[in-house]
Amino acid sequence: MSTVLIVGAGPAGIRAAQMLVQAGLHPVVVDEAARAGGQVYRRPPEGFLRTPAQLYGTEAGKAVRLHRDFDEMVARGQITYLPERSVVALSPKSAADGGGGVAHVLGTDRREVAYDRLILATGATDRLAPVAGWQQAGVYSLGAAQIALKAQGVSLGRRIVLAGTGPLLTLLAYQLVCAGAHVAQVLDTSPLGTQMRGGLRMAAARPWVTARGLRLRARLGRRYKAGVRLEEITGGVGGVEAIRWRDARGHSHMTECDMVGLGWHLRADGHLPDLAGAEFTFSPVYHQWMVQADELGRAGAGLYLAGDGLAILGADGAELAGALAAIACLADLGLSHPSPVGLLRRARRMARFAEGLAQAFPWPAHAVATLSHDTVICRCEGITAGCLRQTATLSGPDANRAKSLSRVGMGRCQGRYCQLAGAEIVAAATAQDVADIGRLRAQPPVRPAPIGAWLRPAGCATDPAARLAPGQRQIPLPDRDI
Amino acid sequence: MTQASPLQHDCPALGQGRAIRLAEGARPEITFYIDGTAAVAQAGDTVLTAILMSRRAVRHAEFGPEERAGFCLMGACQDCWIWTEEGHRLRACSTPIRAGMRLCLAPPDLWPAGMKANLP
Ligand code: FES
Repeated sequence: MSTVLIVGAGPAGIRAAQMLVQAGLHPVVVDEAARAGGQVYRRPPEGFLRTPAQLYGTEAGKAVRLHRDFDEMVARGQITYLPERSVVALSPKSAADGGGGVAHVLGTDRREVAYDRLILATGATDRLAPVAGWQQAGVYSLGAAQIALKAQGVSLGRRIVLAGTGPLLTLLAYQLVCAGAHVAQVLDTSPLGTQMRGGLRMAAARPWVTARGLRLRARLGRRYKAGVRLEEITGGVGGVEAIRWRDARGHSHMTECDMVGLGWHLRADGHLPDLAGAEFTFSPVYHQWMVQADELGRAGAGLYLAGDGLAILGADGAELAGALAAIACLADLGLSHPSPVGLLRRARRMARFAEGLAQAFPWPAHAVATLSHDTVICRCEGITAGCLRQTATLSGPDANRAKSLSRVGMGRCQGRYCQLAGAEIVAAATAQDVADIGRLRAQPPVRPAPIGAWLRPAGCATDPAARLAPGQRQIPLPDRDI
Repeated sequence: MTQASPLQHDCPALGQGRAIRLAEGARPEITFYIDGTAAVAQAGDTVLTAILMSRRAVRHAEFGPEERAGFCLMGACQDCWIWTEEGHRLRACSTPIRAGMRLCLAPPDLWPAGMKANLP
């Protein structure tokens, strides 16, 4: 039986697993979280008491079904589930060698999981644009503030300003307000006119979802401002103290706060697809690099993508994409599978909605390109826009050379939060289009990994209890990682 | 064991932690240690949440004067790595707190001197 490895147990990974199980396969599912669900349907730890309705609002039914379906597959032994583990590297084999490859899986131990086919459902992270002062304690991604609320029941500040753009900005503000947090201001960098033009396309594709977003927005009242320009996050010893911004008419404002949440919609995570050999193209719609794949998610021989890592369609779209990727996988294995036609029709509607959304809530390319010299671009290593511009004169219009010279993109987040901004700045400094700067090549390991993990041989099995080859022992990681 | 952390400033306005509980506040309490000082968390807290209940930040930036308090909370930015007294490192946002954990907000003394020299 072919081994299909699924990376990520969010909506896409779960629906992919389910489709494979229904076809009689036994996939391996690796996920970083302790409990499957992904980011949108993230589950709090055991012992937390809020109901799904309190946690997921109107999406509670979907969340419950997704969690239940996954838990059932685990309980019935239909999948090998490796939670709290990261795939940190991939060694794909060439088609001449039979395809497939080996995934290097790191948790409290290191394992090598051999696979014949790979479904990557690794999702997205917040897309971040730097704001002067964003390196200070108390600045978080919007996703972080949502995780804190959902999975921990906490707010990360007493007086909160949320800024950026996209659906999460409004949703999170609404969720925080409902939970009793003090949200002082919600600052959207997208002007109302832009939002309206994209919003019409959104409404044409998914009227109900669009109306729901507008209803949430209305609940924010005067806290919400559109067409804002963010100028600086100021602070002192204890972290953030205020944010300076200009309203749509150009008037300057200063809002006191001890937490700022930032995010400009999502950035598809490309690290593992890159290591698996996928090709990328710059998407003018999403204004970022996206994997080249067919409509079902085929991105190479034996390689499939699903979910926000493939196309940023949100959780509903991710469920569809997961099922579609699994259907492609089954078709390529010559196994019987359901017709993708109905799912594809729905996925196309999601894509039309997503394109409207991308138009309504654009990446602030100009604001990023014109950031002041002393603005930190790389939070990991404190590298400024001025430094990056200086090195751009030496590197020329090439993202990877600019990274080598400036180190923007080389820190421990591995470019996840700086590379889009970095490319914008290098492009402007070298008078090139950002699409011509290229994208940063992914480097393994894609998560920090203790060197000790590689000093001993890896376990090779996917399930320590049932699947260890004779004579094999699971090898724990050494305690000391320095 | 480690000297008083610079993250432990006593400015009155900052006397409180960064995080506040909005829900799920009735879980069993557990005790752990931040730079040798006892602190209280609730079972199910991440290390990051547990520390931020009484602190404004979890570490100093290596490359700037500011402090850091995590950024993504999903294991992607690596902003929240701290230390245990035994010298292990852990990613605070994705590690559950356990009773008796002894955490350091700066590299403990047994770390190589060179690693500490760059800290403000
Ligand atoms: S806060 Fe980003 S990895 Fe922990």
